[in-house]
Amino acid sequence: MPPPLITARSLVKRFGDLVAVDGIDVDVQPGEAFGFLGPNGAGKTSTMRMIGCVSPVSSGRLEIFGLDPAHEGRAIRSRIGVVPQLDQLDQELTVMENLVIYARYFDIPRAVAQSRAVELLDFVQLADRADDKVDPLSGGQKRRVSIARSLISEPELLLLDEPTTGLDPQARHLLWDRLHQLKERGATLVLTTHYMDEAEQLCDRLVVMDGGRIVAEGSPRALITEYATREVLEMRFGRGRNEERVDDVLGVGERVEVLPDRLLVYVADGESALAELHARSVIPESALVRRSSLEDVFLRLTGRTLVD
Amino acid sequence: MITTRILPSALLDVRSPQRLLERNAMVYRRSWMVIFSGFFEPLFYLLSIRIGLSALVGDIEVGGKLIPYDEFVAPGLMAAAAMNGAVLESTMNVFHKWRQAKLYDSILATPMSAGDIAIGEIGFAVIRGLMYSTAFIFTMLALGMVKSAWIVMSVVACALIGFAFASIGMAWTTYMRSWADFEYVPAVTLPLFLFSATFYPLSSYGSWSWVVQLSPLYHGVVLVRASNLGEWSPSLVVHAGVLVGLSVVGMAVTASRIKTLLLK
Repeated sequence: MPPPLITARSLVKRFGDLVAVDGIDVDVQPGEAFGFLGPNGAGKTSTMRMIGCVSPVSSGRLEIFGLDPAHEGRAIRSRIGVVPQLDQLDQELTVMENLVIYARYFDIPRAVAQSRAVELLDFVQLADRADDKVDPLSGGQKRRVSIARSLISEPELLLLDEPTTGLDPQARHLLWDRLHQLKERGATLVLTTHYMDEAEQLCDRLVVMDGGRIVAEGSPRALITEYATREVLEMRFGRGRNEERVDDVLGVGERVEVLPDRLLVYVADGESALAELHARSVIPESALVRRSSLEDVFLRLTGRTLVD
Repeated sequence: MITTRILPSALLDVRSPQRLLERNAMVYRRSWMVIFSGFFEPLFYLLSIRIGLSALVGDIEVGGKLIPYDEFVAPGLMAAAAMNGAVLESTMNVFHKWRQAKLYDSILATPMSAGDIAIGEIGFAVIRGLMYSTAFIFTMLALGMVKSAWIVMSVVACALIGFAFASIGMAWTTYMRSWADFEYVPAVTLPLFLFSATFYPLSSYGSWSWVVQLSPLYHGVVLVRASNLGEWSPSLVVHAGVLVGLSVVGMAVTASRIKTLLLK
């Protein structure tokens, strides 16, 4: 196996008394799409900033391309592409100029920058907006410019911090499609997200973070198999009445989860569980059987209202 | 090495500051007239003094020589133009790019360093100041106010003024929290403009002349005035030294502030 692109051991980030990242171990292999999944404040962005060499490591060990960010930050950054959480595009320049000047920050010759910018705008389907300023673009378009910009230096590693947060479903799917294409070309992607479907779509492997720690690690499928059942039966008994129906549904599945608006029953076969409840005259206002997702894994791991 | 002890590490890691010049040139390419906005103020002062005030005031003695009042004031206004350009660019514009546009955050994600940004932005502010000063020389030339071919040295003097004010200006800007804080900028630059031996010689200040000598602009005015008259003395080295010293301090503070505030 080739050496990992990123190695973190007991990695810690502190801001004063606040511990944002609390001793994590991570290895990211070349060509892998690796995700940090977790709620806001889990330490994902702090981790990404350390990997991007824009935030010093508080303690522990971090190596990117086998280099130490404390001493070789410039060399590491020259091989990384970054898509920040909030698009930090240059508002005073056009889309095209944004890409060209960004390439110049990497000491790429102007002519090369120009031709790569043309290709990349084509890739993100924004060739027709090349000479527009950034401001009038939609959120999804801006994010695509950010992605094109991050690729202009032909990075070996691409860091994406919540790449589709705030985008509408259509824009998200277009973005996912582009990221898939990059994956197929062999790019190494590291991304953070709090969307479970995004993690499932894009990540070969991911870690679930909560409170600065890693609480689970694996492929999306493996995590679902380990922490959830095959199917989930969702039932609504009406606002405020879900909690009192827990006792009625116990026993039909492996686990029951109570949410404010619905009950989740974790079970191998959702339909037969529903049929059994009907037989017991437990009739919800509505019921739905679905495949379990990372959302369920997350619910289980972070221990929100866990009822067994 | 002694420099490593005096200068913060942020200022030693400088490799491609010229990229900031490139970026700013891209922006101003479309609106190049804006860059001259700060040039007109000293120009109008010069015209008003030449048209009316000069005749009322009469000649002024500089280094044992009598010169017309407008020729006395012109170098002072030229120095002020260099200051204005440098301050405009290094305060308001830097603040916008830093706080609102988050430009430096995105640049720091590339191989560029905090030192590159500090030197690049300060350098650009100096260039803006120099554009004013150069335009000013041509105006003086057109009005027949240039006394010596040494006037070309005033460009060097103005570069020193620009560096000092851009460095201190940008360092100061890193401490500003909101646009309201910019009210203090003219509160500093206006008295400097008026009381740096710009409009009357240092001797007019009598026993208060030591206060004038605290003004960085005063040291610049002396250098520009000497260039225009082509009269050199060893004491000019001290005046240049003050400006160089301020520049180094300002650049060092700026670079380390960018590092502590944005790379945390």
